[in-house]
Amino acid sequence: MPGVINMDELTDVDKAKMERDQKKIEVKLERWLTSKCCTEFMEAVQAGVEDDTLVKGIAEDKNPFKELKGGCVVC
Amino acid sequence: MGEMEELRKEADNLKDQITEARKVVQDTTLQEAVAGTTLVGRVQLKTRKTLRGHLAKIYAMHWGTDTKLCVSASQDGKLIVWDTLTTNKVNAIPLKSSWVMTCAYAPSGNMVACGGLDNMCSIYNLKGKDGNVKVMRELAAHTGYLSCCRFLSDSEIITSSGDCTCILWDIETGTEKTIFAGHLGDCMSLAVSPDFKMFISGACDFTAKLWDIREATCRQTFSGHESDINAIGFFPNGNAVITGSDDATCKLYDLRADQELITYQDSGIMCGVTSLAPSLSGRLLLAGYDDFNVNIWDMLKAERVGVLAGHDNRVSCIGVSSDGMACCTGSWDSFLKIWN
Repeated sequence: MPGVINMDELTDVDKAKMERDQKKIEVKLERWLTSKCCTEFMEAVQAGVEDDTLVKGIAEDKNPFKELKGGCVVC
Repeated sequence: MGEMEELRKEADNLKDQITEARKVVQDTTLQEAVAGTTLVGRVQLKTRKTLRGHLAKIYAMHWGTDTKLCVSASQDGKLIVWDTLTTNKVNAIPLKSSWVMTCAYAPSGNMVACGGLDNMCSIYNLKGKDGNVKVMRELAAHTGYLSCCRFLSDSEIITSSGDCTCILWDIETGTEKTIFAGHLGDCMSLAVSPDFKMFISGACDFTAKLWDIREATCRQTFSGHESDINAIGFFPNGNAVITGSDDATCKLYDLRADQELITYQDSGIMCGVTSLAPSLSGRLLLAGYDDFNVNIWDMLKAERVGVLAGHDNRVSCIGVSSDGMACCTGSWDSFLKIWN
């Protein structure tokens, strides 16, 4: 099984090695321009907002969580 | 120079390179990019249902994928599966250990899981032959409390723990498939990506980490918070991560830019974030705080556009149903509320 580690048994040197090795991986990441990310983020939000009930609200008679007034519910 | 000093120097050097690389791609801020957009209108949600039945603090809740059922966990020693439309209790499951801190609903609806100070993740089969809900597996290996758990399927679950690690389990055999180590503080929360290939964890070392489930590696680490990260979630399209911290802020980190895009904070908010959930489109961020309220943020403009005030104690958990129709809050006041 990969990565058998009990944190309690790691020495400070072990932890420092892990941290160093992890940063060696992260430094190689290819990063996108934030402008591209922001544009995509805005587009993703705008694309879904019309169907977002918490933003748009919902008509009382279409609301599945509306108050059950009177009568009985048999389920 | 001693080995420790050399390793620290190497790591610091690499961290400086990462900081530089992040600056290089920062050609705009989200604030600048959204300057032309309008603030979303004031959001006023009403309590539609109150789920009554727990006898002590509620610590966790999770919606089922069918959007009407949810499960909650309370330190009264029970897991309750609720029909949120009728407020009926579908199942009331007594737990061996009442010190529960997390619960999860399997995507199939066949199982629920929970865990806490017993350091274990207990899996319950809801669809047993005789109709009784029984413990199916007890996943034991963590050396610290279970803070969060999330199913990948009926055969795999991921857990996060106070022992600083996360574990991917094979439910069938009850054994650990992969241990994800790297955090230097208690792991408090985890969330699985929409495509089930990655997960993120938030910890008491103030960082969030993105993990590749199959490669068993940590891909990215996000810093910036000044205290424990208690809550974490994916933005609906899976390209960004949202965190909530004891430093009273929430942050949005973009995975492709490998950095924070914006912080959700207000000088009037000084208490920790306990829980968070984005709305269906990601336009709104609902975050629960220690001051008993839920603040609703416009995720683009980073301004508060609403408050859910209705609980008499800390809001410990929050979730938005998968069709986005409603939000559920759970509190130390022992009640769950459904809002829309």
